Amino acid sequence: MKQHLISAADLTKDDALLILDTAEELASVADRPIKKLPTLRGRTVVNLFFEDSTRTRISFEAAAKRLSADVINFSAKGSSVSKGESLKDTALTLEAMGADGVVIRHSASGAPHRLATWVRGSVVNAGDGTHEHPTQALLDAYTMRRRLGDLEGRRITIVGDILHSRVARSNVLLLNTLGAEVTLVAPPTLFPVAVGTWPCEIAYDFDAVLPKSDVVMMLRVQQERMNAAYFPTVREYSRRYGLDARRMDALPDHALVMHPGPMNRGVEIAAEVADSTRSTIVEQVANGVTVRMAVLYLLLGGSEPAIGNSRTEGE
Amino acid sequence: MTYLIKGARILGGEARDIRMEDGVITEIGTGLAPKDAETIDADGLIALPGLVDLHTHLREPGREDAETVESGTRAAAAGGFTAVHAMANTEPVADTAGVVEQVWRLGREAGHCDVHPVGAVTRGIEGRQLAELGAMADSAAHVRVFSDDGHCVDDAVLMRRALEYVKAFDGVVAQHAQEPRLTEHAQMNEGEVSGRLGLAGWPAVAEEAIISRDCLLAAHVGSRLHVCHVSTAGSVEIIRWAKSKGWQVTAEVTPHHLFLTDELAETYDPIYKVNPPLRTKADVEALREALADGTIDCVATDHAPHPVEAKETEWSPAAMGMIGLETALSVAQAAMVDTGLLDWAGLADRMSVRPARIGRLAGQGHLPVPGAPANLTLYDPGVRRVVDPAASVSKSRNTPFAGLELPGRVHATFLRGRPTVLEGKTV
Ligand SMILES: [Zn+2]
Repeated sequence: MKQHLISAADLTKDDALLILDTAEELASVADRPIKKLPTLRGRTVVNLFFEDSTRTRISFEAAAKRLSADVINFSAKGSSVSKGESLKDTALTLEAMGADGVVIRHSASGAPHRLATWVRGSVVNAGDGTHEHPTQALLDAYTMRRRLGDLEGRRITIVGDILHSRVARSNVLLLNTLGAEVTLVAPPTLFPVAVGTWPCEIAYDFDAVLPKSDVVMMLRVQQERMNAAYFPTVREYSRRYGLDARRMDALPDHALVMHPGPMNRGVEIAAEVADSTRSTIVEQVANGVTVRMAVLYLLLGGSEPAIGNSRTEGE
Repeated sequence: MTYLIKGARILGGEARDIRMEDGVITEIGTGLAPKDAETIDADGLIALPGLVDLHTHLREPGREDAETVESGTRAAAAGGFTAVHAMANTEPVADTAGVVEQVWRLGREAGHCDVHPVGAVTRGIEGRQLAELGAMADSAAHVRVFSDDGHCVDDAVLMRRALEYVKAFDGVVAQHAQEPRLTEHAQMNEGEVSGRLGLAGWPAVAEEAIISRDCLLAAHVGSRLHVCHVSTAGSVEIIRWAKSKGWQVTAEVTPHHLFLTDELAETYDPIYKVNPPLRTKADVEALREALADGTIDCVATDHAPHPVEAKETEWSPAAMGMIGLETALSVAQAAMVDTGLLDWAGLADRMSVRPARIGRLAGQGHLPVPGAPANLTLYDPGVRRVVDPAASVSKSRNTPFAGLELPGRVHATFLRGRPTVLEGKTV
């Protein structure tokens, strides 16, 4: 594996499978009364969040703590950063604190790349602008694999605001690496102009791809996009690209419904679909912690086994 | 002081001696006697007319932390330039006779090269009301080029009026062609790379749509239009078409658009962030061809100095622009001469003769012949050098060529017979 996890493209198929297999191993820990492993004791993980995302921060924090790492939460919103301190100065501060791993969430695409040039520790991208969110793709793949088995040849349909979605970018790359066939569905305005160069199919007609989907992943669509004329109204978007009960019935029986959250119920996904037995949405949240444990372990753990002779410890 | 240059290859031709007296070239020949002249050995060097830049940001007044007229013109001389046009987007904006005269005077005092201020087209480059173009034309700065560079004059009526108005004093409007709505929040060329990197796209059509409109406007009112920093293959086609109609349209291309592509954004290093953005390989090839066949008239640097902190950031908040005066000739050699697209005479035409003509600079852009003003650049095309930003004469370090090996080096520059650069060092 590379030193950093910034893009899903950083992962070879072997890397990706190693992370998913390690996550499977670590999942057993979650079922124990004491959920903590000593693996990363003495290591420091900094959660550097320049953008509000309580869900993702908590997920990384839980993952690091279950591996006994020291966790420092640096919520850059409302801190010195908003007073003009640069990302570089923040990076140098983290260096001085001796961070072994930095988990960064940032509204600017590429911020993790920049950070990686200024710190020695491993950088984990927890979502950068409209670029990538590789641990989300990993937890999605993990969730699919648990339900469907090997992803080779599986048909995954991702629906929504592809243009602005870091989840879609990371998923296309990772799923392609894992041998799945990805179809992206959106109104033409919400595709990047050169989406034809991506390793996936594209479609404008959601209904046509439903019967051949093993997984349908719905992306959050921001209602403000309407103001920039990406689509006329939320109602029209919902009619053409929303997953309602009628569309869910057109899916094969085994097909899953996924959503990275947070959902706009009634916009891209109907409440009855989100709450159905096909939905993995709650599972995705739980799996997030496990997959992030695997990532932190593999990037920071060095040669120690993830679960060394079942040596578990209390607080 | 009298200078005798020994054995320079004028425009890449046979070795000749060049005598300069009282600011004028007085004699060209072989075996000229030194008499009382200072002799300069130019064996292996090429003599070019002093370069003329139609597009330089000197940042003074207002951003003296990034560049001053003194430091910027010293960088220009180091790059072989004897005249630069100083863009109007200073603080305050060069939109009055007072500001353009201040910049012009600072240039005279510094003495490294001629400084010709560009006047803003609209007050405060806000795109609402014409600036006093006539007052700037009549001022001591004698302004002939007008531009809101950095901003596009996107209002069609304002653009039409500006084009018409400057005819009274043989001016030209230099348009920064960027349709504003199509480029809101835009970060880089819209294409395969922007989609992959998740950076908001800057479509070629935003440039081409404005160029198309402006060509039609210039034709309609019979005025001179100059298109700044052309960056796309589509723009080239439109300009070629406009010229085929006989319309008075001229255009420039920057060294960086002749040499670099949008794939450099993959590093997310804002050193590669510029307006207009770096485009694709196909665009670079079209621009080179257009410069070779004359569709694009000249190379202009768009030298845009920025302090370190403006570039040591994430991509999105970083400033747009690159410095370019000191590397322009080397990049042009690599892109145009070493590729066989232009010979040295052709390059002299594109980097001196034509830009001087567009800017209506009577004393610049003359080929080295007896009687011509002694504005000369002696250039060694045979050496290679790795660009070191720390060594730049400019106050700023934001060169996208850092670490690249480029051909050639300016050995000496003469401004009306007076050396501004000797032995590669500014005087
Ligand atoms: Zn410009």
